[in-house]
Amino acid sequence: MTRYLLLLVLAALAGIAQANGADDQNPLAKDTKAAKAGEYEFRINCALCHGLGAHGGGRGPDLTRAQKKHVHSDAEMFQVISSGIPGTAMPSNGTNGQGVGMTDEEIWQIITYLHSVEVKAPAKPNGNVARGKELFYGDANCSLCHMVEGKGGRLGPELTSVGSSRTREAIIDSVRHPSRHLAWGLTESTKEFPQEYETITVVTTDGKKIKGVALNEDSFSVQMMDSSEQIYLLEKDKLRSFSKNRESIMPTYTPDLLSDKDLDDVIAFLTSVGAK
Amino acid sequence: MRDHGQCDAEMLFFHEILRWSTNALLVVLAFSFAATIAYAQVTFERLVNSGKEPQNWLTYSGDYSGRRFSPLDQINATNAHSMVAKWVYQTAATGKLETTPLVVDGILYATAQDDRAFALDARTGRPIWMYQRQLPGDIRPCCGRVNRGLAILGDKVFLGTLDAHVIAIDTKTGNVAWDAVAADYQKGYSFTVAPLAVKNLVVIGVSGGEYGVRGFIDAYDATTGTRKWRFYTVPGPGEPGHETWEGDSWKVGGAPAWNTGTYDPATNQIFWPTGNPAPSNRSEGRAGDNLYSNSLLALNADTGQMNWSFQFTKHDEHDWDATQVPIMIDSGNKHMIAQANRNGFFYVLDRSTGKLISATVYGKTTWSDHKDAEGRPVANKEASPTLAGHTVCPGALGTTNFMAPAYDPKTSLFYVTARDQCDIFSTAPQPYEAGHAYYGSAYFPSDEAEPYRGFLKAIDPATGEIKWKFEHTSPTWSGVLSTAGGLVFTGDAEGNFIALDAATGKALWHFQMGGAVYAAPIAFAVDGKEYVAIAAGSAVYAFGLP
Repeated sequence: MTRYLLLLVLAALAGIAQANGADDQNPLAKDTKAAKAGEYEFRINCALCHGLGAHGGGRGPDLTRAQKKHVHSDAEMFQVISSGIPGTAMPSNGTNGQGVGMTDEEIWQIITYLHSVEVKAPAKPNGNVARGKELFYGDANCSLCHMVEGKGGRLGPELTSVGSSRTREAIIDSVRHPSRHLAWGLTESTKEFPQEYETITVVTTDGKKIKGVALNEDSFSVQMMDSSEQIYLLEKDKLRSFSKNRESIMPTYTPDLLSDKDLDDVIAFLTSVGAK
Repeated sequence: MRDHGQCDAEMLFFHEILRWSTNALLVVLAFSFAATIAYAQVTFERLVNSGKEPQNWLTYSGDYSGRRFSPLDQINATNAHSMVAKWVYQTAATGKLETTPLVVDGILYATAQDDRAFALDARTGRPIWMYQRQLPGDIRPCCGRVNRGLAILGDKVFLGTLDAHVIAIDTKTGNVAWDAVAADYQKGYSFTVAPLAVKNLVVIGVSGGEYGVRGFIDAYDATTGTRKWRFYTVPGPGEPGHETWEGDSWKVGGAPAWNTGTYDPATNQIFWPTGNPAPSNRSEGRAGDNLYSNSLLALNADTGQMNWSFQFTKHDEHDWDATQVPIMIDSGNKHMIAQANRNGFFYVLDRSTGKLISATVYGKTTWSDHKDAEGRPVANKEASPTLAGHTVCPGALGTTNFMAPAYDPKTSLFYVTARDQCDIFSTAPQPYEAGHAYYGSAYFPSDEAEPYRGFLKAIDPATGEIKWKFEHTSPTWSGVLSTAGGLVFTGDAEGNFIALDAATGKALWHFQMGGAVYAAPIAFAVDGKEYVAIAAGSAVYAFGLP
């Protein structure tokens, strides 16, 4: 009986806490001065990952999109900025002793700023989702190397959520100029830099040449995958040669290979999947 | 809690011997005596003469000169390839582990995140005691809840805490002997540095340059915790150097002192480096040189009075703290002090006068293409951050940072972890508010810049020439150890601990520790066996010969 009462009390308390969270309104909403202060706070504390102007960086998603993956209200956004997102690179930023320690007011300023730069999704997407899906898994050959919702290849980055975390411009850039910014791969917990999708070419002692992407690398070993999705675990001092470069193994999709219209369709497909 | 089994065995052994002869009894007593002095206290004389007990690692940098050089040579260039892991101690702490352990007579003392401290059996890694401070929930460490180590003197080790206290911990039990408040942590003051014990003083420098603190270096009576002196690194009204600050900017001028200095017993001077002026990357409102930010200070150890100062980066706008460990180097009758600075230049000074002897580039720099009459690199006008932002090298993290360098008197080379990285520096006006981050700026990795590169570089201090460099897969935060075995040890961001040939930089051995390295290695010996230890991930590792 006592235990049952305790549970009831706990449930009631949890309910109150949740109600408080849900009722959390931004006290600085639509305050233009707060938005300006928030812009500077953002540059100092957030832009390193989310890019100048919140358009997304290598690590953090584009925050100018009205629809965000982890956040559906100002209260949730406050929570995410303050406490971070477990399992992602997003750290806690509130005054809890870790990271930069922003005050509640500063966090609200940032939220106000983000709303001021938000871009509403166009009412009608540019491309045709169904045709984009056909292209992705068919003629455009994207799925030879990229996986979406469990279907596709393994050599390139998985793209299920790319439509929700990257701008249209960023996706176009990485299709048209894949080597300009190599995608980030494995991120180790205390390591400063993630592994990038660098291209590795090795020759083994028996003369076999292997070309593929780096899964991971250190001074003494390399873990790589070739285009047939074979994984190689190699010790550098046992190789005849080792070289890496920042020319992506992904082909450059010029408009001859993939027209602007086809690309629009592929992006429409990725955006529709990312929005789920 | 000693091993009773071992005591019983000793007793049996004792009775055996007693039956033999009284002479033998004297031998046993001599052994017992040896066991007792093994726990002798660390005196100032021992710290001054640390070279006479190479089995121990008595200060942050191994000795007062700061050179992080071990005279041990049992592990050497011939046998390093056979090294094996001896033990691992898991701290269970999260974040960056930046500690440098101390080793005294078989006991290893170290720290971990959130102001943990612990003592281990240095042969086995088994803990003897563990301490963790109950920190308030609203501390303000700028850059992780880190700590870089302890100082030891008498029967106490000394810890600077993230809530800006200095505490003394009993070496045998982990009990707190005294607890002194240095500053108000709610205003952004904290300690992350390993203190330096000198005479009967515990010398320590404050962190908080990102919060607009007024920096200081303190000295506490090691026995009682009473503060004996304080040197403010930002001079107040009426003090020399005050005129280098615009208006009231000195009150929040920063110039923290968050890395361990060195000590010259011959002149009784402490050499302590200082950090960036605040706000770190925006100079508006603090016109002037901003003394004594980004400087090396020579202070009288007894009084804290300044004998000389040398400012590496005047009126800094790039967060280039000059807090790197300065190493004393003697060559003939020349008494020098050298620092590989965060701004990308390697400086050698005359340590009796503070006069510059040389300043040479050791990493990718674009901020200075000329020098003043003294030979000090001067910032180009166009290196200043702008609102739109533009690229400057090195980036805000610097060519090097807090990672401890080493100097090997046998090779006469200075070893330092370096990175080539450029950043876009942009201003972001921000008013000062007590206890809040106060950068006034923003920096980002430059999109157009090449990928960052990390190295271990061996610099000849006589010429500034880089004799060799070892390139890491990515930049590392590991410090460096050099040993009389002709070895240089360092760690990498990928989790490797690496032994290199000190003369050539050739990798001789490595071990994958499973976590990035943010700490610096040490060497010690127990029972005549040499060990090399380093922290990585959230653990402390010890290695030795099979």
